[in-house]
Amino acid sequence: MQPSPQGATEIDPVSPQPPLDQNARSSNSKSPFQLALRRFLNNKLAVLGIVVLLTIILASIFAPLLTDLDPTKSDLMKIENGPSSEHILGTDGSGRDNFARLLYGSRISLIVGFSAMLFTLIIGVTLGSISGYYGGKVDSLIMRFTDLVLALPFLVLALTIIALVPTITTALFVCIIALTIWPNLTRIIRGTFLSLREQEFVLGARAIGASDFRIIFRHFIPNAIGPIIVNATLMMAQMIIIESGLSFIGMGIPQPTPTWGNMLSEAQNIRILRNHPEAWIPPGLGIFLTVLSINFIGDGLRDAFDPKSNKR
Amino acid sequence: MYKYIIRRILVFIPMLFALTVMVFALAQAAPGDPFTGRMLDPTVNPEVYQQQREALGLNDPYPVQYMNWMKNILQGDFGNSIYYNGRSVLELISQRFANTLYLGLFSLTITLVVSIPIGIYSAKKPYSILDYATTGFGFLGLAIPNFFFGLIAIYIFAIHFGWFPSQGTVSSNDVTGFAELIDRLHHLVLPGITLGLAGTATYMRYMRSEVLDVLGSDYIRTAKAKGMSSNNVLYKHTLRNALIPIITLMGIEFGVLVSGAVITEQVFNFPGLGTLFLQSITNRDYPVIMSINLLFGVFILVGNLLADIFYCVVDPRIRYD
Repeated sequence: MQPSPQGATEIDPVSPQPPLDQNARSSNSKSPFQLALRRFLNNKLAVLGIVVLLTIILASIFAPLLTDLDPTKSDLMKIENGPSSEHILGTDGSGRDNFARLLYGSRISLIVGFSAMLFTLIIGVTLGSISGYYGGKVDSLIMRFTDLVLALPFLVLALTIIALVPTITTALFVCIIALTIWPNLTRIIRGTFLSLREQEFVLGARAIGASDFRIIFRHFIPNAIGPIIVNATLMMAQMIIIESGLSFIGMGIPQPTPTWGNMLSEAQNIRILRNHPEAWIPPGLGIFLTVLSINFIGDGLRDAFDPKSNKR
Repeated sequence: MYKYIIRRILVFIPMLFALTVMVFALAQAAPGDPFTGRMLDPTVNPEVYQQQREALGLNDPYPVQYMNWMKNILQGDFGNSIYYNGRSVLELISQRFANTLYLGLFSLTITLVVSIPIGIYSAKKPYSILDYATTGFGFLGLAIPNFFFGLIAIYIFAIHFGWFPSQGTVSSNDVTGFAELIDRLHHLVLPGITLGLAGTATYMRYMRSEVLDVLGSDYIRTAKAKGMSSNNVLYKHTLRNALIPIITLMGIEFGVLVSGAVITEQVFNFPGLGTLFLQSITNRDYPVIMSINLLFGVFILVGNLLADIFYCVVDPRIRYD
């Protein structure tokens, strides 16, 4: 996946730019990473995604500065109140402040999304590299196992495992998600490694006696880093949707922990849905904006790492 | 080709076996047994309980239990629900199955009817306004969670305008014949669109890039050089080839459709397999959970098998050896 110097000067069809400006001519002296970074920063949507995502991350980190209210504290005298000066988005069915829940809820969405992605990545890279590097029997064994896990719809398998554990915690939830969604990523990484395997530098590394471990870590992973980062990014967006979806149906992060999915779950009550749009639209928009900006970043990274692809 | 199909079927059989073993293992991991809940009854003698367990074969080694379980399933006996007072799982599933099937077919129809023409058009005129709108819609459709979209749809079209019902499958059991069909379709509109949204975005993107790929190939240039009209090139040469990968995509997307149905049905309070499944998860009704797992698993395996076979029938260029 290392972009060639020729590839670097290719015109991005989405945002046309002069093909032979000064920077492009001196591009031979830049590392592939610097080139990718420059292409990424030229992508307007990706930069917009970074800005929006950073804003959301900052709001979640500094949530205590933005509100004095405790997102888990119920006030039974103020159930389903409309917006007021004290509660700008009103209160929920247990009298908790919706604005505080919105801010603190972004923490859970981001942390769960990120850690589930990281865990999936570890499983995916480990199994994918073993499968792609060794090939043969090991490969077909791992691939048959991914086929088997993929034979069950992801959500159905995840819910089944959730039903098997006595109580669900955030950490356990992350594990269950990662343990049911790894096959997709594993397949992608295996595919990349299979094509790397046939290249001469691997033969060269083997000829000078490099160990399998060294070849995988020093030669395969750095060369596959583009697709790995891109897929990890897009996967994080998917994880955020999954977490909120499961929390929405009451099978995710347990109450009273605030999450965007938990907040939307209240809108299943037709009374709240009809009378209190200020309670459920903001968390929905929160999920939407977070996922959209991560997807923009992911697409920007894909174009940056692989300038020849113009798939949209 | 026949060699490939036979080999593909030979892979399918062990996969099916492995699937049943996996579902059986999940079922074994579930706590409790068919008597759970009745043990609190002090009149039950623990010895009688043990005798009953023995009689049901619950103390047998796992392979024996698996064989018995498989034998029952092949005879159509999926066990009895714990939550619904021992009603048969098969009965519960078959009550709901048709509803989910209609919902899935309805949403798939919308998806294909909308996404394929738009995908073709935006590939025909890349970087046009409609193409950018398509790309924009693709981003939105993939970023908006289906349950949030469903809530917005209910809020706007059911509560505000009152155009569509927000839940259920029929308004009353009195309507029959053609009126019933219209009523059912009316109830399917909002959940169908909600369920189809992400799929529409995916198919649109896919169709666009497939058509663009094919349009750039040599045989299209030849056809154009022969003086064929561009519509003829598009419909006779491009589409036939661009639609082939859609078959594979449909195989892959089936699982996504099922996952989406579980959440969409919940939003619209739709009495289908998804809501039955969720109820069973909440009530820890393991016999129902495992049967639904098995059902979906078999569907996906058979679906992928058919997609693969169909793929190699319609695309004779591919060599599988």
